[in-house]
Amino acid sequence: MASMRDIKRRKGSIQSTQQITKAMKLVSTVKLQRSKQHAMDARGYFSYMYRTVQSMLAKAGTIKHPYITPQESGKKAVIMITGNRGLAGGYNSNVIKLITRGNLKKEDLIIYTLGSKGREAMARYGYELAEDYSQMIDEPEYVDAMRLSANLLNAFKKGEIGEIYLAYTHFKNTVVHEPVLMKLLPVEASSEKESFAENMAVESGDKTGVADDVPMNFEPQEQEALDLIIPKYVTSLIYGGMVESVASENGARMQAMDSATSNAEELVGKLTLQYNRARQGSITQELTEIIAGANAIS
Amino acid sequence: MADENKKFDLKIITPDRMFYEGCAEMVEFNTTEGEIGIYKNHIPMTVIIKPGILSITEGEEVKHAALHSGFVEILQDKVTILAEVIEWPDEIDEKRAEAALDRAQERIRNKDPKTDMARAETALLRAMARINVLK
Repeated sequence: MASMRDIKRRKGSIQSTQQITKAMKLVSTVKLQRSKQHAMDARGYFSYMYRTVQSMLAKAGTIKHPYITPQESGKKAVIMITGNRGLAGGYNSNVIKLITRGNLKKEDLIIYTLGSKGREAMARYGYELAEDYSQMIDEPEYVDAMRLSANLLNAFKKGEIGEIYLAYTHFKNTVVHEPVLMKLLPVEASSEKESFAENMAVESGDKTGVADDVPMNFEPQEQEALDLIIPKYVTSLIYGGMVESVASENGARMQAMDSATSNAEELVGKLTLQYNRARQGSITQELTEIIAGANAIS
Repeated sequence: MADENKKFDLKIITPDRMFYEGCAEMVEFNTTEGEIGIYKNHIPMTVIIKPGILSITEGEEVKHAALHSGFVEILQDKVTILAEVIEWPDEIDEKRAEAALDRAQERIRNKDPKTDMARAETALLRAMARINVLK
């Protein structure tokens, strides 16, 4: 049986770890509140952006435009959003798995990373990495998303990359976060491969709700309008991915730290019991020794 | 004077917040095709924003803001502005805007082949919109 001193020392160390996890939980709870609010405020903008682009595509289904038609270049860019810090349960590894175990071929990919955890993992797996944007994820700003999307669209226009994907974590609610891989460019009418114009019209017709029967006019014409709107669309989705991921990260960390704290508590309880038993055992032993000694003298 | 029948719903959404939500009689702004003003029952249209002043007329009161980029979806009784960058006058730093104006003018005047002319022009328009909306 472990000695009293060993048990006491172990208990002390667990208690101090518990204090740390408890503090981290409190911090991430506060951060979660803020980032959740941020993500919610941003959602109105994307849903509108998404609907508008969908209704444009429904109209422009037959138009040939580089942002819509598949590109020649086989290279695929993936914007991967993870955290800069660990201790957030499965948050980082879920996004990493999404790419390493997905259908995308490793040789075709160029990874644009936001978040150093993801970058380290992808470097370890031997993926091709583009510039690092990790500092953006600490405090997501819309201008950051603009810069990143401008860089990507430049590469896209030059034909260096043919497709752009976004891997992020969708914040469903405080406890459920879902890693999502989403195709940004070329724009598709829905998540499914509905490449036929009529399918697109039906698909987006359900979702728009506004442009159902009203024919929408564009000024300038569709072609030019697409040129101007698609970059905004990409930017807004990247920004959306950023704020959603930050909210998910804080949520995941809060959960992880919560369970760590309760595990520590359980362990401390067990050790306290062991310690008390050991203490009682040593007292009993001392008593027996004293009585035996007294008996021997008399 | 404000007739309820003449009003339409106006929403201005930015990535960070709901900038404005309410009923307006008329809204004016600058687009790639020129300045336009919208009343109720406009034909459905989507237009792209160019930097300029946004004016919202709600009855007697007229509100101004500097609108820099985004696009607008116009329906008969509803107008939605998706603004990437927009500011109320009290959020604008006049000195910074003036400095930006000087910088942009300088760049355009020098005609350095290295500068991105389109970008310099947008910067100029943006600074002008900021300064004009303060007046």
